[in-house]
Amino acid sequence: MSNPLHDPAREVPRFSSVTTATADAHAEAARQGVEAVLPSPAFDVLPTLDLPTPGPAPALPQWLVTLDARAAADQEQALNGLLLSLADDEFIVGYRNSEWTGIAPMLEEDVAFSSMAQDEIGHARLFYGLLADRVGVDADQVAYGRPADGFRHAQLLELPRTNWAFTLVRQFLYDQYDQLRLEALSHSQYVPLAEVIGKIQREEKYHAMHGTAWMRRLAENTAEARARLEAALPSAWAAAGSLFEPLPGEALLVQAGILAQPSADLHTAWLGQVGGFFRDLGIMVPAPPAAGFGGRQGRHTADFAPMWDELTIVYRIDPAARW
Amino acid sequence: MTDTATTTTLTEAAVVEALRDVYDPEIPNLSLVDLGIYRGVQITPDGLTVTITPTFVGCPALDYMRDQIVEKLTDLWPGTPVEVQVSLAQPWTSNQITEEGRKRLKAAGFAPPPRGNLIRLEPLVACPYCNSRNTLLENAFGPTQCRAIYYCKACRQPFEQFKAV
Repeated sequence: MSNPLHDPAREVPRFSSVTTATADAHAEAARQGVEAVLPSPAFDVLPTLDLPTPGPAPALPQWLVTLDARAAADQEQALNGLLLSLADDEFIVGYRNSEWTGIAPMLEEDVAFSSMAQDEIGHARLFYGLLADRVGVDADQVAYGRPADGFRHAQLLELPRTNWAFTLVRQFLYDQYDQLRLEALSHSQYVPLAEVIGKIQREEKYHAMHGTAWMRRLAENTAEARARLEAALPSAWAAAGSLFEPLPGEALLVQAGILAQPSADLHTAWLGQVGGFFRDLGIMVPAPPAAGFGGRQGRHTADFAPMWDELTIVYRIDPAARW
Repeated sequence: MTDTATTTTLTEAAVVEALRDVYDPEIPNLSLVDLGIYRGVQITPDGLTVTITPTFVGCPALDYMRDQIVEKLTDLWPGTPVEVQVSLAQPWTSNQITEEGRKRLKAAGFAPPPRGNLIRLEPLVACPYCNSRNTLLENAFGPTQCRAIYYCKACRQPFEQFKAV
């Protein structure tokens, strides 16, 4: 299968901040008079290094096969699934955010998104570590030693960065959800998780404040800023339902007090909060986002395949590589 | 080359004293004791285990500090195995920076974090150079996870703040 990203004949504009895959990316690219490029590596620069050939996608690891088979009826496996979804959400959104390093539309936001990405990937590493201890492999194996359908993040988070407005809206919608989810985990009966949540909440508060400030700034300043926000909202909103798909065995986790609230309750709270926020800004909120995405079961959009390919490439060349 | 005559007795106090000489690589005059990330030491016949906690969960300086701790303590007590554990059981907050640490931050040109764990986007932060409170938050994020960027309107000097978290 030929990958257009690795076709050296294809001329890819460097440092483009507009990538395809959502309708508003095409509109934004047309507006800027540039051609939207395929979802691509961080800097849109094709490697010219003579890299060793990366290994193929690994099979689902045994711990994940067990998790999938038993999570619906086994609380310990459901807990593994919860840790995996927490880790993957933070890893994938952090990775997407890191793609703005060097190309954000302004220096301060380049710094902000790079720093948030670092926080998110740090949180992911912590959650991968908790899971790794439970399943007896190391954290890198958990993070990288899986095929694309072994990832359990919400589909919203894997969508390409698209354009600056889309990235901000996605981050805002996710942060509002993450605040609610962290709150629901802060008194978890699973002590190793409860111990770290308070710490993560304090860090995430900066992210949420940053996102809220930007939504207001875009909505209340120039007409162009507001138009861009309104143009980006529908495609991010349409995928936001993917955040609320129940985890396998979720009822067991709620029953055991590991998770204070089921996804459906988080969804209701989120809709009230986010809907109210946009209504205050006079922005029409679309109907509640639909379900049926499947990210929590390992089903992903076509945008995730090139992302998976990129983020596992070092591990597939050398699983023991160290920085 | 071991000089047993000058070997310091291995006690918790001696370990803490030694750790006052291990610095945050990003703020080179701030020891990890003053930073408030030291959590304790276990001394057993088999060696010693120092426990530290990160300022931010994803802090990349942690591995460096871990190596520095091992090097420092191994220098002082050759032959004693040193292990460093990272624990989030008692998480760090910016309130745990010592008074000495706050002074040292300021001397290095960093505004110390506001007391009382205020996580707000625009707390009143005094300029570390001229002490004016006529300052502006330029960015809640900075060159490292633990810093924010400010500008002093009085002395027209940009400066960094160690974030409250």
